[in-house]
Amino acid sequence: MKPNRVFTAMMMVVLLAVSAGGCGRGRTIKIGAIQPISGQIAAYGSQTRDAIQMAVAEINARGGVLGKRLELIVEDDEANPEKTMNAFIKLTAKDKVVGIIGALTSKCSLAITEDAQAKKVVLISPSSTNDTLTAAGDYIFRACYRDSFQGGVCARFAVETLKAKRAAVFFDISNDYSKGLMQNFKAKFATLGGQIVSTESYNSGDKDFNAQLTKIKAKRPDVLFLPDYYSTVSMIAKQVRSQGMTLPLLGSDGWDEITNNAGAEVAGCYYSNHYSPDANDPEVHNFVSKYRARYRITPNALAALGYDATYILAEAIQSAGTTAPERIRAAVSRTNRKFVTGQIKFDGQGNPVKSAIMLKIVPNLAAKLRTEYAGTVNP
Amino acid sequence: MDFWPQFWQQIANGLALGSIYALLALGYTMVYGIIKLINFAHGDILMLGAFGGYFVLRRFGVGPASAVGAFLTAMLLCAGIGAILERFCYRPLRRAPRINALITAIGVSLFLENGARILPWLGPDYREFPALSKVNLEFWGINISVVQLLVFIVSVLLMASLNWIVNHTKIGLAMRAVSFDRDAAALMGINIDRVISVTFALGAALGGAAGILYAADYPQIEPYMGVVPGLKAFIAAVFGGIGSVPGAMAGGFMMGVVETLTKGFLSSQLADAIAFGILIVILMVKPAGIMGKNNSEKV
Repeated sequence: MKPNRVFTAMMMVVLLAVSAGGCGRGRTIKIGAIQPISGQIAAYGSQTRDAIQMAVAEINARGGVLGKRLELIVEDDEANPEKTMNAFIKLTAKDKVVGIIGALTSKCSLAITEDAQAKKVVLISPSSTNDTLTAAGDYIFRACYRDSFQGGVCARFAVETLKAKRAAVFFDISNDYSKGLMQNFKAKFATLGGQIVSTESYNSGDKDFNAQLTKIKAKRPDVLFLPDYYSTVSMIAKQVRSQGMTLPLLGSDGWDEITNNAGAEVAGCYYSNHYSPDANDPEVHNFVSKYRARYRITPNALAALGYDATYILAEAIQSAGTTAPERIRAAVSRTNRKFVTGQIKFDGQGNPVKSAIMLKIVPNLAAKLRTEYAGTVNP
Repeated sequence: MDFWPQFWQQIANGLALGSIYALLALGYTMVYGIIKLINFAHGDILMLGAFGGYFVLRRFGVGPASAVGAFLTAMLLCAGIGAILERFCYRPLRRAPRINALITAIGVSLFLENGARILPWLGPDYREFPALSKVNLEFWGINISVVQLLVFIVSVLLMASLNWIVNHTKIGLAMRAVSFDRDAAALMGINIDRVISVTFALGAALGGAAGILYAADYPQIEPYMGVVPGLKAFIAAVFGGIGSVPGAMAGGFMMGVVETLTKGFLSSQLADAIAFGILIVILMVKPAGIMGKNNSEKV
């Protein structure tokens, strides 16, 4: 009887090997997403992931891509570049995804662009705005505008709408996003004839800003530009107000969600963003109502960008007709249609040319805050 | 604003920051004084105190009664945790080489931080601590918020209470005796285990109060929030003389003022470098710290 048992065991191993091997060339097309689901900007990462999942569900309901189901694998990078790299290695080496949507923050995305280009994996960042992102090569794309544009948008808004002549900038020196915006804002503000009266910095994780704010106050600026994420900005804003400074604060797309994380200290302040949920646009309206129906909250700009990035990737795979990396890359670069966050057509470097929306923070009922559309700035 | 008003404003900022470092440094110094252990988990006690206060304030709203309740809850909770940590993590190592206890302390710190991170009701996300007050005061050209003033006053009150306990009560006498010579104190009939537990609990209670004050001043709490203030308070304790209670207070205030003046008049990037540089200089020049005594070995 022994030879029979050995034979059966061998057959089972062979069967397992064949079916496991078959899974590789499987019935699904795998894409990856790297987002900060926990940590300091979890509000961004979790909504982006939810929007990506909603997009994948919609695409699969319509028959998937190339006749196969789209399978999404999400990794949490906690907005920490080391974890982003680990997530990237896992998605490419173990899961063998054909494209990655991520990362969210510029600092994390920049950690993986070289590797993505070298390994020929299409990387579409929904929201990294730092200028140097796409310099790594033609496999790197983004669904949002760049900081050289965004910094300029804020500077123009400060000069033209807020009529500011003296500006102070307070930025995070260990954050590429913050540094890039600071440089672009200062350059444009000076070109438009304004005077930068104070530039101060802090480090990621700092909690006490009083020393630098006292210095800024002494220079009597008309507006204070704070290019950082909502969690840090809400802390700084409190200390700004407790020092007796009543000037308007100006921010960038990292402020999105600040209405849920701060109080009266940011009322009457402005920030630039990628879209406004109350815009008079059918694409926006559709997206917002579907997201609200599924998740019961109004989607923020990061969610809208994640949704658009997913569609860019899925439609590119469909139009390429194959999962070969070079074909997908070429198809992504040919993208040209209107998405939720605006018209997306890539220039030669993987950057779309898009407009920015300015939002104003206004008080709502029950002493809460909401945002109000305050203008569009076209490129 | 010319130099002098700005200088006094920065001093005010520094004293507000320093009072928290001082309160936290007391926990380090008391534990070191009594069992010669640097309790690296002390910064995480701050974090637990902040979360304790957060839940109380969320449940009962913000007001004078609930604020006092939050303090009491945090202090009792942390005192309990301090006593438990001492009993199960440090007491078994009392006769072991000191490095064993040191490494255990690091382990406890990691355990508390990562444990808080994975527990669902604490979790890794940042939370906003309820604002105790949004009023700002201004006098003689200096701006301070009511919260900063409260932090300073409460810290000073707690430090004064600790000073009274250590110098004017029997248990304080026992604590000083045990820190002077543990075996001789045991021979005199002092219950060493009880005294050490009380010391730990007291230090941790102060750490819990410091947690609420820190969260009131910088209203963002998360599991790793105690790491940096813990480190700075440790430097403050060493700077002032580790083992010396007045030293820890002086060290804490000085750290706060030095850090703020550096950010205000030199460069914010140099603030941490200078703070740690002070530690190096003190260890080279006067290792016992400003108010510390060189304990010579008695043969």
